[in-house]
Amino acid sequence: MPANSKQNSAHPLEARKEAIVSLSAGLDALETNVAPARSRRKRILKSVAPLAAIAFVLLVWQVAVSLKLAPVWVLPSPSMVWASLLDQANQGILFPSAFNSLRKGVQGFAISLLIATPIGIALGLNSALRAIARPLLTGLQQLPSVAWVPAAIIWFGLSDATIFAVVLLGAVPSIANGLISGIDQIPPLYLRAGKVLGARGFSSIRHIVIPAAWPGYLAGLEQGWAFAWRSLMAAELIAINPALGPGLGQMLDTGRQLGDMSLVLGSIIVIMIVGVLIERLVFSPIRQRTLRNRGLVIAK
Amino acid sequence: MTQAPAVSIKHLSKRYSSNGPIVIDDLNLEVRAGEFVSLVGASGCGKSTLLNILSGLDSATTGTIEMAEQSTLMFQESALLPWLTAGKNIELALKLSGYPKAQRKARAQELLELVHLPHAYNQRPHELSGGMRQRVAIARALSQGRKVLLMDEPFAALDAITRDLLHDELVRIWEETGLTVIFVTHNVREAVRLGQRVILMSSKPGRIIQEWDVDFNEPRRIDEANVAELAHEITDRLRNEIRRHAS
Repeated sequence: MPANSKQNSAHPLEARKEAIVSLSAGLDALETNVAPARSRRKRILKSVAPLAAIAFVLLVWQVAVSLKLAPVWVLPSPSMVWASLLDQANQGILFPSAFNSLRKGVQGFAISLLIATPIGIALGLNSALRAIARPLLTGLQQLPSVAWVPAAIIWFGLSDATIFAVVLLGAVPSIANGLISGIDQIPPLYLRAGKVLGARGFSSIRHIVIPAAWPGYLAGLEQGWAFAWRSLMAAELIAINPALGPGLGQMLDTGRQLGDMSLVLGSIIVIMIVGVLIERLVFSPIRQRTLRNRGLVIAK
Repeated sequence: MTQAPAVSIKHLSKRYSSNGPIVIDDLNLEVRAGEFVSLVGASGCGKSTLLNILSGLDSATTGTIEMAEQSTLMFQESALLPWLTAGKNIELALKLSGYPKAQRKARAQELLELVHLPHAYNQRPHELSGGMRQRVAIARALSQGRKVLLMDEPFAALDAITRDLLHDELVRIWEETGLTVIFVTHNVREAVRLGQRVILMSSKPGRIIQEWDVDFNEPRRIDEANVAELAHEITDRLRNEIRRHAS
């Protein structure tokens, strides 16, 4: 036993321990800093600032209309666009369209996630596989997925399958590439620590690789969502079929066919708002939390 | 009375590629169960490589290693996983060592208390100081239930005050748990402060060139005369070894 001579004299050992405990507590107290809470004024400013930008754009828009820089069928006023959207809502088109598009976007994104994640892990961890498949993946990511719409219509007709095919081709490469670069950026220390802790194979992927690659993976997911959403709009705009149900893309196309600029602008704004809401309500909180948990942001 | 060795290394050699330089050359070492061995050497003596081989992160080129017990390794940086709280870091180690789920949380809290961090369970690694992080790392290493603790310059990045405290802490934990410790450092005084035996390695290639038994009683202090005296002797020997590389 290591503690040979001290065991019969328990008291000094206890005293030594007590000395260590009190010293530790003192040092810990000295070295721990409590982050100051973000000031109320800054918080308010941060939430109001984007609204001010929107108000400014609306103001410029209204001034341009008031100066009659263009005829109203080319540049309708903000109030005309608002009236057009109200009208769509009253006709029972706006909200079903938005919900239907959002549902398809979310479903397509979820399927993309399930497909892209194993691909990203395989290519992230296996350099031979990556050498073979990464150029293909990058090529797909560079290609605007709207380019797939004609092909998808020939393959699947004017069906949901066409819509999902285009969404998947848009989102999968982004998510997979994000995960791969997340894996590339894992500090080797975490992988070694994982091995020392006994993480092997699947448990290493689950407990070390994915959480360590999470910041890059999350960036890929955000980009994947943006690609899924715009691919969906492109597909809805081109693949028009009543059987597909209402959608924001269709609403936009109706506006074009009627030459109704108010409806066109209104649809564009709704498409933008849905995108922004998803970013603000889903991705932004997750990103903030990730950065905060890992100590990657300093409270400003 | 001879105890069975916990670690027995025979004719260990390591080179990273078949025509590369020899990193470790014919190293022989036995460590008794419950012994605290300090391994000192300058850069390039292969001491970190040796720990990597002992922990299974790397493999030997030739030679044999017999370990009576499984080992775990502690790094210079804490290597706590930043996406988990201190408590969850320990729980993950418990989980990966097959510890029953229902008792993991209580066990993690118990280990945090052992390193005097009873309130750190929900804290994230970045919220802890360097010394606190290394104490959590010690708790995490202990949670694996391995009998051999390999430490690769674990206190090198800490300030001197914290390092001295962690020396006391480590020795106390070693005495309480009866672990076998192999502690690698380039700090000769630290080696003498902690070890029952100090082993000096040469560099390029790494060989054992001399060893000293340290039979001072605990509580030792790093600034004590007998520690300084022995450290002085070892440092002289180390410097002679380093000078050899000047030509």
